[in-house]
Amino acid sequence: MTLDLVFFLILSLIAIATALGMLLSRNAIYSALFLVLNFVTVAVFYLLLGAPFIAMAQITIYAGAIMVLFLFVIMLLGAENLPETQTLPWQKYLAGGLAAVLAVEATFIFLTRARPAGEIAPPDEAVNTIANLRELGDVLFRQYLLPFEVTSILLLVAMVGAIVLIRKEKRVH
Amino acid sequence: MMLSDWTLWLEWLVKSLFVIFALLTGFAYLTWYERRALARIQARIGPNRAGPLGLLQPIADAVKLIFKEELIPAKADRTLFFWAPVITMVPSIILAATIPFGLENVPLFGREISLAVANINVGVLYLMSIASIAVYGIVLAGWSSNNKYAMLGGLRSSAQMISYELSLGLMFVTTIILADSMNLQEIVQQQSGMWFAVIQPVGALIFLIVTLAEVNRAPFDMPEAEQELTAGYHSEYSGMKFALFFMAEYQKMIVISMIAATLFFGGYRELWFLQGTILSVDRFWWLGPIYLLLKVVVLLFFMIWIRATWPRIRYDRLMAFGWKVLLPLSLAIAFITAAGVLLSQDLDPLFIWSIPIVSGIAGLFTVVMIYRELRRKAYERA
Repeated sequence: MTLDLVFFLILSLIAIATALGMLLSRNAIYSALFLVLNFVTVAVFYLLLGAPFIAMAQITIYAGAIMVLFLFVIMLLGAENLPETQTLPWQKYLAGGLAAVLAVEATFIFLTRARPAGEIAPPDEAVNTIANLRELGDVLFRQYLLPFEVTSILLLVAMVGAIVLIRKEKRVH
Repeated sequence: MMLSDWTLWLEWLVKSLFVIFALLTGFAYLTWYERRALARIQARIGPNRAGPLGLLQPIADAVKLIFKEELIPAKADRTLFFWAPVITMVPSIILAATIPFGLENVPLFGREISLAVANINVGVLYLMSIASIAVYGIVLAGWSSNNKYAMLGGLRSSAQMISYELSLGLMFVTTIILADSMNLQEIVQQQSGMWFAVIQPVGALIFLIVTLAEVNRAPFDMPEAEQELTAGYHSEYSGMKFALFFMAEYQKMIVISMIAATLFFGGYRELWFLQGTILSVDRFWWLGPIYLLLKVVVLLFFMIWIRATWPRIRYDRLMAFGWKVLLPLSLAIAFITAAGVLLSQDLDPLFIWSIPIVSGIAGLFTVVMIYRELRRKAYERA
């Protein structure tokens, strides 16, 4: 248990540091890389919680696919460096205010609603087996079949839209 | 499992070191193997001066690379320029962590040892996730060099790897369906009766094609096409940093051959008709790593053979091939496999043989369509 706690503390420090690095970095490439590190740290959290499937999916999808595309776009556009002057000067203060509200809210809910630590039971061995994945698939394709299909069609429509937008118009004779 | 058990830590350490040293030695002798085999195919002799048969050549190469001067371009991003080779190197080693190279319960030193660094239940997903982050090192190397050629090489490789990862993932899905497990140890055990390459030959073929693209090997070595991009993403690298890219590429070749052997060619198991004989892994556990090594050597030879005999394909055709040919075919293969497994479970076990037949027809159909398309284009040009 103590070993878990040590791991947790180290990982939380890394997660917070990378999140801050992502926000404060002036170079978009470094921001993206900090975000990748953050995703990987969160994946390790999932591993600690005994959910290897979610951890691996997190790395494959977020760190492996989405952020590579982000990097790709940043490099192609040559948009690495932020302009020296802010285009929206009031944005900083608004963000600070909203962050303060969020912090107060989160602390309040944490103090009032948080369950005693004993109630969060560590997941048993069953989570790590293929049976768990099978259950996940069952739920996804039986109980939530319609939302699942609707989501995939939504993504398909977005993809078709992107292809239509970049397609060169054929000249009409 | 007790984490306070120090012998367990020792076991992990020893196994990790074993895999790392095996890969590093494998890399050194793969360069020798490739140069000798390429030379044979091109009717040359190849390196044969350093030591008997040129076996000390890798050591001579290493000494040369270590003492070479390292250059860092003045306008390069120094931090990422330093880290890019490291980021390329690490995934190529840790990819091997879940691959079993022997039985699960080998009696050694008075305890049962599983011959894999980590025998995890989501092994296939682990391979997928590590393969998907392997692209970062190459992209960052291209960007941080501040060189147009290197940058184009990096972008090309990332586009190529993302495109071919889709088919790679679908081939992983096919083996998961066939084995009914994501555990690599289990996948190997399922193949003790019959290799998955026999049940799903088209799948195995697609897997081999896609892995060539994943490790940027000929004929898919667009990121470092010399005629177009000087040397691609590692144009600006020299000395040990270049050596790291070189090592990463060859280690990835070895590891991906290990994965192909594990998923489709029975892993460390003997050939299926040797079951129960004196050559079986169940009889002598140490035959496991040897069988895996033999399979890897054969698969590597195919990679070298292809490099020696095939021209590089054009970049737009490479992308078109990935998206318009391999992806639909992989989807069809995954579907055929799932349907075949379902039929064999519900109706008759013999239906398992509908998988190779139907997927063979699908593969043949694809080849015919490509042929007709190429003929049509040639006709239009004439």
